[in-house]
Amino acid sequence: MPIHTIHVQIPYHLRNLARVDGDVTLEVTAPVTIASVLDALETRYPMLRGTIREHDTLKRRPFLRFFACEEDLTHDPTDKPLPDAVVGGKEPFLIIGAIAGG
Amino acid sequence: MSQVRALVGTKKGAFVLTSDGKRDKWEISGPFFAGWEIYHMKGSPVDPNRIYASQTSGWFGQLLQASNDGGKTWYQPGVKPEDAGPPVFPGKASNRFVYDASAESGKPLTTHQWYDGTQHPWEFKRVWHIEPSLTEANTVYAGVEDAAIFRSTDGGESWHEMPGLRGHGTGPGWQPGAGGMCLHTIILDPRDPERIYIAISAAGAFRSDDGGKSWKPINKGLYSKYIPNPTAEVGHCVHHIAMNPNRPGTLFMQKHWDVMRSDDAGDNWTKISGNLPTDFGFVIDINSNDPETVYVVPIKSDSEHFPLEGKLRVYRSKTGGNEWEELSKGLPDNCYVNVLRDAMAVDQLDQCGVYFGTTGGQVYVSPDGGDTWKPIVHDLPGVLSVEVQTIA
Repeated sequence: MPIHTIHVQIPYHLRNLARVDGDVTLEVTAPVTIASVLDALETRYPMLRGTIREHDTLKRRPFLRFFACEEDLTHDPTDKPLPDAVVGGKEPFLIIGAIAGG
Repeated sequence: MSQVRALVGTKKGAFVLTSDGKRDKWEISGPFFAGWEIYHMKGSPVDPNRIYASQTSGWFGQLLQASNDGGKTWYQPGVKPEDAGPPVFPGKASNRFVYDASAESGKPLTTHQWYDGTQHPWEFKRVWHIEPSLTEANTVYAGVEDAAIFRSTDGGESWHEMPGLRGHGTGPGWQPGAGGMCLHTIILDPRDPERIYIAISAAGAFRSDDGGKSWKPINKGLYSKYIPNPTAEVGHCVHHIAMNPNRPGTLFMQKHWDVMRSDDAGDNWTKISGNLPTDFGFVIDINSNDPETVYVVPIKSDSEHFPLEGKLRVYRSKTGGNEWEELSKGLPDNCYVNVLRDAMAVDQLDQCGVYFGTTGGQVYVSPDGGDTWKPIVHDLPGVLSVEVQTIA
């Protein structure tokens, strides 16, 4: 299985939890999907488990969104391949905290 | 010389306030976990430098933090990459609170009463209260919303529900209060390791006499006009319960309305509101040196969550209730804050110190048992909880 280098942008509070400064770079085994990127992210940074998706059900937390290549992928199936630009490492996969509270 | 350490959870982070036994000059450290709601922090009686903190967020859910150096540095138990292993779920995680549905436990019920009276499934939201064991630093209890009690025996790395509470049969009568259906009080009996008290808003008080395996409601004597049967076995909105560890059979309760007392481990309750100007409130605590000296902060009403006439006051009873005196020296007028249920604490010094925090971000201390008060800090984020450690 080919391994891809994926760039992931995570929210400020999760960067603090993971103790990283900027984007996270992950090695993800194909196929590169929302699920496989999150698996790789949580393997590398176990302190993030449960913060993006719930334990056990792996259901996305309702106030988080997934964007890439100027598209909203939040409601896509989690096993759907991500855009080629993300798979090729040219564009990041964005995990965004929904704007709420003004 | 003794030191005191106040652990303050706020709407936007955790703070640790330290002072010597005079409790005059304070060092403030924090915010830790800036931007997160810290519902509660509490230190282990076995190892005071072991502190647990409940960190929560509407976006990112629940986290648990721990410290082994008195709150200077923190870690998430069990999340070192080398310990955590591959992302195989379910796994060990300090923020994994999964309700018990196993056949072995008798499959605890999975619905409670919703605001409109219909049945609603249990959904984990956050940890309201952390209660470290009196005898094991790695054993700790968590009271959660939706109401249940969990226990960890590995320093918070993994949590398991104690299902006898939800499973004992009255769950369909429990309902959320305005703050959610939270288990907010856990009291461990220092003389009887099998005895645990808990309280839920809005269900009432419960006691286990077998280490948490089985539970029974202990609400006889409570009267609540907002439920169809005001003297029902469950459904009461208990805001907080306090116990002086030197007299474990005596409990004091601040209910939604009414201040109550029990001298038989909760089997029967008596109203002790006496001459309080209003007996609505959230906090209640007991002088560590005198089990008959009790403190409350009266709040105007359930519709107006601020002090009566805007005068922030503590009321003290030296007679175990009914006769209350207003304590005002150092406390402000024109003050429209609230004091939330876990935001009052006492220290263990010879002259008992009393502490409380407000939704306006003030933390007050009285180093003389309530006679005089002064703010330790004025301008923290809204205070959710205050606990105090006395360190020899």
